[in-house]
Amino acid sequence: MSKKIVSMQLNGKTVEEAVEPRTLLIHFLREKMNLTGAHIGCETSHCGACTVDIDGQSVKSCTHLTVQCEGSDVKTVEGLANAGVLHAVQEGFYKEHGLQCGFCTPGMLMRAYRFLQDNPNPTEQEVRVGMSGNLCRCTGYQNIVKAVLHAAATLQQQAVAA
Amino acid sequence: MIPPAFDYHAPHTVAEAIALLSSLGDEAKLLAGGHSLLPMMKLRFAQPGALIDINRIPELRGISEQGGIIRIGAMTSENELIASPLLQAKLPLLVEAALLIADPQVRNRGTIGGDIAHGDPGNDHPAISMALDATFVLQGPKGERQVKATEFFHGTYMTALAEDEILTAILIAPFASGTGYAYQKLKRKTGDWATAGAAVVLRMAGGVVSHASIGLTNVASTALRASEAEAALIGKALTETSIDAAVHAVRAICDPAEDLRGDVEYKTAMAGEMTRRAIRAAAARCA
Repeated sequence: MSKKIVSMQLNGKTVEEAVEPRTLLIHFLREKMNLTGAHIGCETSHCGACTVDIDGQSVKSCTHLTVQCEGSDVKTVEGLANAGVLHAVQEGFYKEHGLQCGFCTPGMLMRAYRFLQDNPNPTEQEVRVGMSGNLCRCTGYQNIVKAVLHAAATLQQQAVAA
Repeated sequence: MIPPAFDYHAPHTVAEAIALLSSLGDEAKLLAGGHSLLPMMKLRFAQPGALIDINRIPELRGISEQGGIIRIGAMTSENELIASPLLQAKLPLLVEAALLIADPQVRNRGTIGGDIAHGDPGNDHPAISMALDATFVLQGPKGERQVKATEFFHGTYMTALAEDEILTAILIAPFASGTGYAYQKLKRKTGDWATAGAAVVLRMAGGVVSHASIGLTNVASTALRASEAEAALIGKALTETSIDAAVHAVRAICDPAEDLRGDVEYKTAMAGEMTRRAIRAAAARCA
């Protein structure tokens, strides 16, 4: 089972690595790229803790092969903040205390990041549906929903200001 | 969990994929969205020696209408079904049902063709395809053939698809105006398979049911087309009596496997209840 060379954009940088076809993206990110933000939760594409952004879509990286990312643009939670300034989504989770133990947070952030680009002005109900692929075992959903709505408001203010 | 080692191929055309399937034989599996296959490989329920990734084949994607028939490429994702203006206008049952499948992330990867070809009675598209009277296009080394949804599913994980064939498209006639429809799916949580599900397509004419088709999810070793239940409705006004008769006929063909979602009696009862709700919802949408 020979290795394949895979080239992708990862948080804005080109990376090229030889990987076994069976290497899941989550393992590649955590073990080869030392990007340990995306977490391994259920490993069966239910919990969403491993969510990353691939070519403008939220994907559960525990159920995606690294070789499938050839030529793709991949963004992880490490790519959210810009020069030490938190992204509006991160700021929202911070202000609204959208986390308890924090394990699900990287996946929540990456899903919220993409959801708010697809739907910049969501209702609370739309947030709940949009975030329904991410589980919080602390069940801290109230503040997670508030955090996403906070981020939506911030992003809209930024868009008006820009 | 890491899947067992395999060779990886990513063809760019259906012809290349079929050539690979032919040369690799039963060693190979097609990789569509991967959200059934990769978890099964992690758990060693499947150990293919090679994966043929069909995600990079443009001809397998997209939704179009040709000659009064809607053609959906097998690799069209659930979210693409939901976002399709054509389906929203002409086959809204597919949009309603896709919103009940898995979760937003998984719907980016999961495909209608993968959902069908996997042959899992817990998947939703098999029963919906039956209710829509869909036809599946299968392509192999000897060319193309078409199989009706009602004749495609032979058993759990067993379908009419030969080892060297690919499901390339799903063909469905658009709804006639005034068609009512509904998919009712009982599930424990977002992302779960159905405890029981019912897809109903209904048309009324002159106060009686002129067309009824009913597909059932996850209550037997394959999806079911509930023909006797349809017959109980057609030609009659929709009343509690006729709906009761259809529900009774649905329960009679259920043969679900007991699992954590419920025992046989409960699932059978829920298949009836989902049918009852779907008939009522479809009737309310009939014009």
